[in-house]
Amino acid sequence: MTAFLDFEQPIAELEGKILELRHMSEGKDVNIAEEVSRLEVKVEKLLKQTYGKLSAWQKVQVARHPNRPHCLDYIGKLIAEFTPLAGDRGFAEDAAIVGGLGRFRGTSVMVIGQEKGHDTETRIKHNFGMAKPEGYRKAQRLMHLADRFNLPVITLVDTAGAYPGVGAEERGQAEAIARSIDTCLGLHVPLISVIIGEGGSGGAVALAAANRVLMLEHSVYSVISPEGCASILWRSPEQSKEAAEALKLTADDLLELGVIDTIVPEPLGGAHRDTAVAVSAVGDAIEKELAALRPLAGEELRRTRREKFLAMGQVGLA
Amino acid sequence: MNWLTNFVRPKIKALVGGEAKLAAPDNLWVKCPNCEQMLFHRDLEANLQVCSFCNHHLRIGPETRLKLLFDDGEFEKHALSKAVVDPLKFKDRKRYADRLKETQAKQGEGDALWVASGRMGGKPAVAAVFDFNFMGGSMGIAVGEGIVMGARLAVEKRCPFIVFPASGGARMQEGILSLMQMPRTTVAVQDVKEAGLPYIVVLTDPTTGGVTASFAMLGDIAIAEPGAVIGFAGQRVIQDTIREALPDGFQRAEYLLDHGIIDMVVHRHQLRDTLMRIMALLGEGRPLPNLPAVSANANAGVQRLAGAMRVK
Ligand SMILES: [Zn+2]
Repeated sequence: MTAFLDFEQPIAELEGKILELRHMSEGKDVNIAEEVSRLEVKVEKLLKQTYGKLSAWQKVQVARHPNRPHCLDYIGKLIAEFTPLAGDRGFAEDAAIVGGLGRFRGTSVMVIGQEKGHDTETRIKHNFGMAKPEGYRKAQRLMHLADRFNLPVITLVDTAGAYPGVGAEERGQAEAIARSIDTCLGLHVPLISVIIGEGGSGGAVALAAANRVLMLEHSVYSVISPEGCASILWRSPEQSKEAAEALKLTADDLLELGVIDTIVPEPLGGAHRDTAVAVSAVGDAIEKELAALRPLAGEELRRTRREKFLAMGQVGLA
Repeated sequence: MNWLTNFVRPKIKALVGGEAKLAAPDNLWVKCPNCEQMLFHRDLEANLQVCSFCNHHLRIGPETRLKLLFDDGEFEKHALSKAVVDPLKFKDRKRYADRLKETQAKQGEGDALWVASGRMGGKPAVAAVFDFNFMGGSMGIAVGEGIVMGARLAVEKRCPFIVFPASGGARMQEGILSLMQMPRTTVAVQDVKEAGLPYIVVLTDPTTGGVTASFAMLGDIAIAEPGAVIGFAGQRVIQDTIREALPDGFQRAEYLLDHGIIDMVVHRHQLRDTLMRIMALLGEGRPLPNLPAVSANANAGVQRLAGAMRVK
C-alpha cells in the first residue's frame, strides 16, 4: 500500500486510473495496453516535474515518508551475516539505535543506525527512531569495539531527534550525545555516515561526525525541525514551510556549505518508490568511499576527520 | 527587615512601576527572582550576586564572572576572531544580519562568548564565558570559534581551560553550521585533554540544547552552580511529549547531581577556591609533559607562564 504525500496527489490520481483500468480489464478481451502506457508516460513526466524541483518543505515530507527505506532495509540488503549487538552494559537495550557486526560487500564492518520502524508495532519497538542515552551509549560501545578490531564503521542516520523525556534527561541525554560525538572524532578506523532520511539535530550528529558524510538526494539534515524553528522564530508552526527554506537543510544546500561530501541520487519519485534501487545506490556510494579510506593509516583517518570538523563554518564560506 | 518590606519596597514599586529591573545600574534595589525580596545592589555585589535571603544565584554576565574568577579581578580579554557572518542569509520575521547587528550594538560585544586569560592563585588559566544576554547565549560559528581559540590558548600556555556555559543551545539562524559547532568544539576540548591539561566546565543557569550535548558535558570535572537549569531538551518539549507533570527540581543542578550527571554543585562563594584546589590537585599527579613544538616559537611571555605553571 503506497502512501501519497499531498503534493503527489496528481500522480496518485493517474496511478489510480491505471490500477482501475487494469482491474476493469481483468479477464476481459479489451486492449488497454495503449491507454495504460499513455498514462504511464504521463506519470513519469509528472514525477520528473515534481521531483525535479522539490521545495525544502516537500523534501522534509519525502525524508519522513512512511514507505521510505529505513535503516534495517539497508542492513537487510547490504550487510551479509548481520550480527546485531545489544545493550549499553549499564542500563538497557535501546532499539531506536540498531547496530552490529556484518559483512559489507566482502568487508567485515560495524554498522550502526537509527531505525524508525515501518508499522505501529515496530515503530513503538524502535521508539520512532528517537534514541535515549542508552542508545547513544550502545553506539559508543560498538564504535570502540570496531576501533579495537580495526573494522570500518558505517552509520545510517534517520531520526527526528534524540528522545525528549524525563528518564532520558535523568540518565544524561546531553552527555550521551556529547560522548558519541567525542567517540566518532576519536576513531582510528574509517567512519562513513549516510543521512538516509531525517538528520535531526544533535541526535543525528551524534552518529555523523564522520570522515565522509553522504546524503540521499531527498534527505534533510538540520539543527532543528522546521516546525520547531517556526514556532520559536515565527511564533507559529504554520510557517514551517518558510522555516524549512530558511534553514538550508537539503542535500544541495549542505553540499554547498561543505557539511556533507556526496549526494546519493534517488530513484525517480524518491527512495520510497523503489527501495531496491535506493539501497543499492547507497551501497555503491559507501563502497566507493570505503575503498578510498581503507588504505589510510588510523592516525591519518583520525587527524583528517578532526581537521575537517575543526574547520566547520570556515571552509568554503570566507 | 520589616521596614524594608513594608516601607521601602512599596516606595520602590511606586518609583519603578512595580518591577525593579534586574541589575540595571541606575537601580539601587534588585528584586530576587526567586524569593522576591528586595536586595540592595551593593550588598548583592558584595555577596557575589547571591540572594542573602534564599541563596538564589542570580545570573551574572561574563565581565562579573571573570572578575570573580581571576586573581585581583584582573584578566586579559581576547577578542573573538572574525567569523563568517550570516552564512545562510537567514531571515525569519526579521533578517538575522539585522538582529545580530542590533544585539552587537546593544551588548557592545561581537558575539555571545568572552575568552580571557589571567591567573588563579598565581597560576595561569584560560576561561571562556557565555553571555546569555547575547541572543540567549546561542552557539553559532563565532562562539564555536571562541571555544576553539580558548582551547588553543590553554594548550599554548600549558594551563587549564575553564568554560562557563549559559546557553539556550545552537543558534538556529546559522542552521546546520551551528549544529556543526558541536563536533567542532568537541575537537577543541579533546586537544586540551590530550595535552594533559585540565578541562573544567562550570555549568551556569541555563545550559541546554546543543551546547550541553557537546563540549559542556565533556569536562574532566563538571561543576554546576546551585539551582542552575541544565539539560538537553527544553521542558516544554518534554512536557508536550510525555503529557504529564515534570518532577520537582527537574533539570536543576541538584537534580543532576543526584542522578550522577555532574561532580558537584558549588556555591558561588566557594567556586574560585574549589577550582583552584581541583587544578592544583590534578596538576600534581602528572608533571606537565615537555613543552611541545608550539611553545618553541611562542613568545617569551607564554614561556614564562608555562614555566610558572611547573613550579609548585
Ligand atoms: Zn532570594
